[in-house]
Amino acid sequence: MKELTLETLLAVFEEIYGFWLFWGMVAAALVVTVLFVWVLIRDHKLEARTLVQAELFAPVGAVAAIVFVFFMTSSGLRDMGGPIDVMMLVGIGAAGAVGLTILAYVARALVRPPRG
Amino acid sequence: MTKSPLAASRRAFLGLAAGGAALTLGSAPARAARVKTSARIVILGAGAAGTAMANRLVASLEGAQITLIDARAEHLYQPGFTLIAAGLKPAAYSRSRTADWLPREATLIAEAAAEIDPDARQVTTDRGRKVPYDFLIVATGLTLDWDAVQGFTPDLIGTNGIGAHYAGPAAAEATYRAMDAFAEKGGVALFGRPATEMKCAGAPLKIAFLTEDHATRKGTRGRVEIHYLAPQKALFSVPIVAEKVRMLFDERGIAAHYGHTLKSIDPGARIATYTTPEGEVQMGYDYINVIPPMRAPAAVRNSPLPWADKWTDQGWVEVDQKTLRHIRYPDIFAVGDVAGVPKGKTAASVKWQVPVAQAHLIATLQGREATEVYEGYTSCPLITRVGRAMLVEFDYNNNLTPSFPGIISPLEELWISWLMKEVALKATYNAMLRGKA
Repeated sequence: MKELTLETLLAVFEEIYGFWLFWGMVAAALVVTVLFVWVLIRDHKLEARTLVQAELFAPVGAVAAIVFVFFMTSSGLRDMGGPIDVMMLVGIGAAGAVGLTILAYVARALVRPPRG
Repeated sequence: MTKSPLAASRRAFLGLAAGGAALTLGSAPARAARVKTSARIVILGAGAAGTAMANRLVASLEGAQITLIDARAEHLYQPGFTLIAAGLKPAAYSRSRTADWLPREATLIAEAAAEIDPDARQVTTDRGRKVPYDFLIVATGLTLDWDAVQGFTPDLIGTNGIGAHYAGPAAAEATYRAMDAFAEKGGVALFGRPATEMKCAGAPLKIAFLTEDHATRKGTRGRVEIHYLAPQKALFSVPIVAEKVRMLFDERGIAAHYGHTLKSIDPGARIATYTTPEGEVQMGYDYINVIPPMRAPAAVRNSPLPWADKWTDQGWVEVDQKTLRHIRYPDIFAVGDVAGVPKGKTAASVKWQVPVAQAHLIATLQGREATEVYEGYTSCPLITRVGRAMLVEFDYNNNLTPSFPGIISPLEELWISWLMKEVALKATYNAMLRGKA
């Protein structure tokens, strides 16, 4: 795989999820990110209270992401064969945790803006 | 109110967002200018290699007349057969329509090639249609020679303890049913590979490992005896991989036998006969996975294209192993399973061969020499059980050529390698078909 270009990578992801689902997910991730940054700008800070509440969702996101990958690939914890597997698992968990935290933060901040 | 360090103006924020979008959209590499030509390029076969080649040629040539000849309406994702035979995927996982992958600019003749005349530069189909060419890409794939295993007929697959997952998606599904019934009941299982060159030489090993894994998960491993019989003197053509597999076979209690070539089966009595250097040997079985000898299709075998002094019983096309160009007919290339090169009858080989052959063809159209070389790269995600695989990659010289050196070890049974097989492989294959990978 010496020519792993961005174009190849995008083509592969389009094949995994289908064109619309993949770009839909990219768009959704972008929208959440943009909203997150917008909320930061609006509030002029990272609202500590909202963040702490959002972080409660982090473990849920981590576990959900890992369970989802295990389910989709007919595998489980017993298949961890080396350090790279554990790193991959931690990476998937971290992605789920961060993703759900940001989503929860944005949702909370949009529904109930902090009082100035 | 004081501004926090994170604060920024809305205008700056919008500028940042727009810049990010521009970066994303603008990052695709610019396409090279298409080469103008009126060449007639005929591609025999619309499987993995033929389809990838057609899509790449359409993208890189302007005005070329590209014709594919293939009678089969169904495109088969063959790397999926093992997963189907392990009960992990349905037959539909490997099925799609040939026409759906082909570029609109190419013409598909849905007939089989019957005769290739490289001197007259013409292909004749089974319906008598004559198709002249300036360049010919032979990408026919290979033929499974079921008749070479006496007593076996494809309709037996799934019955009498017989599996044969190479025969197609439905056969792979039937193979799983037979294997599952065997694992339930227990007994003796026989696996093996043919003496000829074969596609995906890892697949016979994978299915043996998966059967062992299946019985272990069912809790019936104690009632199951597994034998692997190879005509060769090793379990894999790459010595370092062969040793690793031998160690895993020992660990998993799979008995390896060398110098055994399957000659016939007696489905009623469930006896398999093998030829060995010491004479014929008979083995009783409760389950057998049959993988027959493989040869070039008759139209290729009976043409002047095969090697005269190599693989004479198999008929692979005589090409330069570095350029895939025919040694005697420079206007002919062979890619995929039918190419007469050592190793590499896999989709991974196709992915690497096609761009090289394409580069040499285009260079010829432009009146120059190409420098691209195919070093024999191929890869085999060698599944050792559901959930783990070894990402084995190697070249003509038996060198391991890992894509992620120091990160994903080729000789370690890893979950990440399994993830690649499960998630990324078919997607990469599909992208390859479209000429994008």
